[in-house]
Amino acid sequence: MEEGVVNEILQGPLRDVFDSKQLITDISGSGNNWAVGHKVFGSLYQEKILEKLRKSAEHCDCLQCFFIIHSMGGGTGSGLGTFLLKVLKDEFPEVYRFVTSIYPSGEDDVITSPYNSILAMKELNEHADCVLPIDNQSLFDIISKIDLMMNSGKLGAAIKPKSLVTSSTGVFKKRQEKPFDAMNNIVANLLLNLTSSARFEGSLNMDLNEIIMNLVPFPQLHYLVSSLTPLYTLADVNIPPRRLDQMFSDAFSKDHQLIRADPKHSLYLACALMVRGNVQISDLRRNIERLKPSLQFVSWNQEGWKTSLCSVPPVGHSHSLLALANNTCVKPTFIDLRERFIRLYKKKAHLHHYLQIEGMEESCFTEAVSSLSALIQEYNQLDATKSMPVEDLPRLNIAM
Amino acid sequence: MSIVTVQLGQCGNQIGFEVFDALFNDSHCPGGLCSKRENEAYQASCKERFFSEEENGVPVARAVLVDMERKVISQTLSKAARSGRWKYGQHSCFCQKQGSGNNWAYGYSVHGPRHKESIMNLIQKEVEKCDSLSGFFIIMSMAGGTGSGLGAFVTQNLQDQYSSALKMNHIIWPYGTGEVIVQNYNSILTLSHLYRSSDALLVHENDAVHKICAKLMNIKQISFCDINQVLAHQLGSVFQPTYSREGSFHYRRNPLGDLMENLVPHPEFKMLGVRNIPQMSENSLAYSTFTWAGLLKHLRQMLISNAKMEEGIDWQVRPPLSGLPPLGKMSVNKETHFNTSIANLVILRGKDVHSADVGHHRALKRVLCAVRMFSPVICQCQSPKFILLKKGKIKTLVLVAKRNPCTSM
Repeated sequence: MEEGVVNEILQGPLRDVFDSKQLITDISGSGNNWAVGHKVFGSLYQEKILEKLRKSAEHCDCLQCFFIIHSMGGGTGSGLGTFLLKVLKDEFPEVYRFVTSIYPSGEDDVITSPYNSILAMKELNEHADCVLPIDNQSLFDIISKIDLMMNSGKLGAAIKPKSLVTSSTGVFKKRQEKPFDAMNNIVANLLLNLTSSARFEGSLNMDLNEIIMNLVPFPQLHYLVSSLTPLYTLADVNIPPRRLDQMFSDAFSKDHQLIRADPKHSLYLACALMVRGNVQISDLRRNIERLKPSLQFVSWNQEGWKTSLCSVPPVGHSHSLLALANNTCVKPTFIDLRERFIRLYKKKAHLHHYLQIEGMEESCFTEAVSSLSALIQEYNQLDATKSMPVEDLPRLNIAM
Repeated sequence: MSIVTVQLGQCGNQIGFEVFDALFNDSHCPGGLCSKRENEAYQASCKERFFSEEENGVPVARAVLVDMERKVISQTLSKAARSGRWKYGQHSCFCQKQGSGNNWAYGYSVHGPRHKESIMNLIQKEVEKCDSLSGFFIIMSMAGGTGSGLGAFVTQNLQDQYSSALKMNHIIWPYGTGEVIVQNYNSILTLSHLYRSSDALLVHENDAVHKICAKLMNIKQISFCDINQVLAHQLGSVFQPTYSREGSFHYRRNPLGDLMENLVPHPEFKMLGVRNIPQMSENSLAYSTFTWAGLLKHLRQMLISNAKMEEGIDWQVRPPLSGLPPLGKMSVNKETHFNTSIANLVILRGKDVHSADVGHHRALKRVLCAVRMFSPVICQCQSPKFILLKKGKIKTLVLVAKRNPCTSM
């Protein structure tokens, strides 16, 4: 809802990729206010947005899903973004909605981000098919780790140039590196790997609708923890099988995750492994057998793995792995968010900015926080069954 | 008589390509063991079953390729065309763009009815090209969305439309530790529908074939291509021509009919399995020798101890001395589970096949023979460990046995 960022894209090297008629901008922005984004700009631009969406959809032979990329802490991304979710659900009910959300981390630059995030979470709970939460702190940690490796001199010289997950390889025009570019590159790689099996050939393909089908056991529990390897490639091209195995182990280590969480000590509901490059089914199976004992799976899905093999590796790497897990370890993130919200809400701080907007009432806030609490409760219930078999749902008994 | 193959989904199409490739290579490989006339008769018989002739002489596979997304079909078509020796018909494929999302219901209830006309038309065109139709061979997986759901739907329609043609479904049992999380749902739904509409279900388990690749073929990095090639080898051993009673130059005409007649005595028992011996990499073959007696003994033991390959057979399992034990009495040794079969069919291929004596093996009853050797598939292997002493004769023995219903699940 402000022109600066969009204009920059239009003047940058990718200006030909975006259709200039498919842009909507306003002047003043949303002021980090979810209510302004959702209620004010929502109603103002609804028709325009719908029209442009329909135009894009008409160009497609077969529309499979929408990708929504936004932050949770701001005003436009969080407010207008979640408003869009509802619109998409009504207008294109059969098309899946994938949401990549950047969650606010501990040191955040927006003070009202807890309010914005909780209000947005309610919409995500209800209208999104699948959410990939990411937080800035993890991205920053990954970058620091890479910088450390590059500068420590130990492996620095051995790293293949342009193989970092943060470097924009393949960019045909050099442009000035901006501070968030490296972090954004990681998220871009995530989305690339997610769609790679749908775009390229492979011996075991996986479409986007298969991700939702396999990883979302119940409609409420659609939050997936993602982790990406490798972060860099060593210059030595021969990849012995040990290196491949190392890649799999890395995918399950905390350092490679895009959100701060601890999946190894929580309960897995489902897990998907998307491998790119010259990796074969035997390598995949060997590693699954190897890693399975250290992971706890939910009782009704002890072998809950979805795998896919794509033959085309990413630029600069010989192979890569993306692991998506539906795991109860997202619970602490939500609990943390709720804590920060309650701290602000108890004092009713900054609340008047929201209540000023027509259509916003205190009940919006209480509903939002109760929706989040219900979600946390569901995860709690699953965690409680960690080591015990779950009771079967009651079935009709036929009288003998 | 001809067989029309329907390949469904990614799995079906990938396997189908390997099967046709194996069949073609076998019938056209320079056969040193038989006369020229024999060779030609064999080639003609194989060709009639699986390939049709086109103007420029390149054989066209009698197949219909169906998938809900483009990539696999275009890859399969181009691989076949690249070989230059045979190809798929240009217009015998049907694909969509959206995929089935591993959802059986999508394949069965959405894609099936929506595209029924087009798919059945394609099959009809293939059927019209045949002089006489033996039946359909439908290749599908059970874990995915297209193969399982659409496969069940197509089989049902084939039963309605071609009620006098035989249908054999080749189903791939998924890996135990998951390739797809909802594979159990998809498999059960598929099996229940196929049981009603199919005539025979030939089952191949991914786990078993994977073990064969690892232990017998000695492949270090097993890919789906390797697995499919082993599968194709086994299927080829079953489907290639066998002698008829008249003599060496006459081949039996109705492959599916033979299989069904011998193996499906009752419509309730239709799940079949294949055991193939010997199964090894090309390099090891040159250093091995075989006799019919040895092969038959191994095969019989594989059958009664329920082993899927010739390594690791449990030789302790023996048939009970006086027939089956009476009900209510537990056998002394609980571990030796003697695998009983409902029906068996042994197919022998190789030199001196008429000298093979199957008579004294009670378990192996019905026998079909052929002299033409079925060449093993080329695959990666390690260097041989021992030096041959005399030149070996290559033999292949195939046993298609009915699974005992209790042990098949």
